[in-house]
Amino acid sequence: MEYNLELVMPRYKIVRDKERCINCGACARQCANEAHVIYDDGTVHSIDENCVNCQRCVCLCPAHALHITKYPLEFCENANWTSEAIQEVYTQAKTGGVLLSGMGNPKPYPIYWDKMLLNASQVTNPSIDPLREPMETVTILGRKPDCVKMKNGAITSKLPPQIKLSMPIMFSAMSFGSISLNAQKSLAMAAKKMGTLFNTGEGGLHRDFYPYADCAVVQVASGRFGVHKQYLEAARMIEIKIGQGAKPGIGGHLPGGKVNEEVSATRMIPAGADAISPAPHHDIYSIEDLRQLIYSLKEVTEYKKPVAVKIAAVHNSAAIASGIARAGADVIVMDGYRGGTGAAPTRIRDNVGIPIELALAAVDSRLREEGIRHNVSLVVAGSIRNSADIVKAIALGADAVYIASSALMALGCHMCRTCNTGKCNWGIATQRPDLVKRLNPEVMHLRAANLLNAWNHEIKEILGGMGINAIESLRGNRLMLRGIGLTQKELDILGIKHAGE
Amino acid sequence: MKRVYANEKLCINCRVCEVYCRAAHSKSADVVRAYKEEPESCSRIHVEGDNNASIAVSCRHCENPACVEACITGAMQKDPKTGLVINDPARCVGCMTCALACPYGCIKIGHIAQKCDLCGLSGEPECVRHCPNNALIYAQGGSEK
Repeated sequence: MEYNLELVMPRYKIVRDKERCINCGACARQCANEAHVIYDDGTVHSIDENCVNCQRCVCLCPAHALHITKYPLEFCENANWTSEAIQEVYTQAKTGGVLLSGMGNPKPYPIYWDKMLLNASQVTNPSIDPLREPMETVTILGRKPDCVKMKNGAITSKLPPQIKLSMPIMFSAMSFGSISLNAQKSLAMAAKKMGTLFNTGEGGLHRDFYPYADCAVVQVASGRFGVHKQYLEAARMIEIKIGQGAKPGIGGHLPGGKVNEEVSATRMIPAGADAISPAPHHDIYSIEDLRQLIYSLKEVTEYKKPVAVKIAAVHNSAAIASGIARAGADVIVMDGYRGGTGAAPTRIRDNVGIPIELALAAVDSRLREEGIRHNVSLVVAGSIRNSADIVKAIALGADAVYIASSALMALGCHMCRTCNTGKCNWGIATQRPDLVKRLNPEVMHLRAANLLNAWNHEIKEILGGMGINAIESLRGNRLMLRGIGLTQKELDILGIKHAGE
Repeated sequence: MKRVYANEKLCINCRVCEVYCRAAHSKSADVVRAYKEEPESCSRIHVEGDNNASIAVSCRHCENPACVEACITGAMQKDPKTGLVINDPARCVGCMTCALACPYGCIKIGHIAQKCDLCGLSGEPECVRHCPNNALIYAQGGSEK
């Protein structure tokens, strides 16, 4: 027997201004969640419980007749039992299942980016105007040699493979399957246009995307989906994915419903089959095992491609990163606990991992102490929200950053955090053809490119203010940072002084 | 001449083009007022199909328009200079022979015949300007000059 009363209340209320609504029905035709409906008499009405607040209807409504608010119902909540906590219990009592969520950790943990301030030049060292003077944001990723031999002004020693990026920003891993072909294509086109890289995620590289392979990072993850020699050879960089910030220690699960013909061909799995990425790589149980995989991939690609290893930022990241550097990785990628995801168990997403700022500072310090910092490039991810976050990350010691949530926002994402339902009205986190076609790569890639351009420009402005004319000079320059409202312990871990010191 | 071209692969069946067309051809030129206060106003572009496959159809401004040939009063004319096919409301008697003759179904039946006028050739037509997925483009077609 089932309990018939619904205890979980709608999250949002759709407010339709009847004075303005012209009953054109655009909202009803556009909502995959069926939160709007056209009655037989031609009038349009809303169903609050279906709304996820993606705001597709709000943006599209030609009469500006719609807005969405929080559902006004007041739970008997208190500081401990919030309405969210109460409703999660109701949900689990109904379903008996694990709670799933999309996007990154939304909990009010400290955001260290916002507790660090940047320096600027005054009197004693001149600031630089980036519009009048050259300003370098070119970033080169890859293992640097212990020493360089020169002859007649030219480098004679053999350099490990290096990657030149026009700016220290790349698009983070989002697989075809978790996002649509059009979304990935938009990012690929933007990366190519702007001279940076996008990341295939663990879903393989679609056959149509080989023209973009020279700006692709291809992932080798625990499910090994879509991994073959041509895939590895085509890419600019190979990334072994050990973990993800949103769900450290947890594997992935792409439901069979999203595995259509194209996803199936790209991942090399049967159509309709669930794509399960195991939690660990079953051939990696130690740093030595990791070294074997790194060198297998290097052998296959004749040592022409840098190999990155991506881990989630966890308690002992510094020791792990040291091991990864010694295992032969060219790049270490760290994903903080605010990193996004298509779907993760809510409890894992909200409670596992550590802030990327602390992990980055700890890893950079550790690698320097051990004298192996030059052996790897450090790339950080996990909620880089703007160019100031990037500048702070680089001052803390990062070589470059990965962005994903903000890249999707450039494509229309409204952070409704229901990627896991596969009904993305913006055509991003879905495989439904009628929804995917809403994202036109020809125009949307320009928005993603604009975002990169804007941030790169801002980085130049900030550098100029500091009197620095190349991003290289900022890298690991923690004197350019000051903490605000931080304890001595936090300052020690970040390796920065407090404001006023 | 420049025409409105529709790309069925990009059309998402939102029908926002219809709304802005109707507003552009209303007295108030306002979306809400056109629908609420001007019941006689109508859209001259029409989306056919459903969410899986749809396309917006509007006048092709043909080289040899069947509607012009069919018109019994001479209201429907093709402007030799601009190439625009327009209906003169003063001469149209609403017989709708043009709607019967049009092979694309682009003439809206009403009190008199209503059809696309490319928003008076004053730049990008409203339907194109407001298409949220760039499924409509305003361009010179094929080998035309």
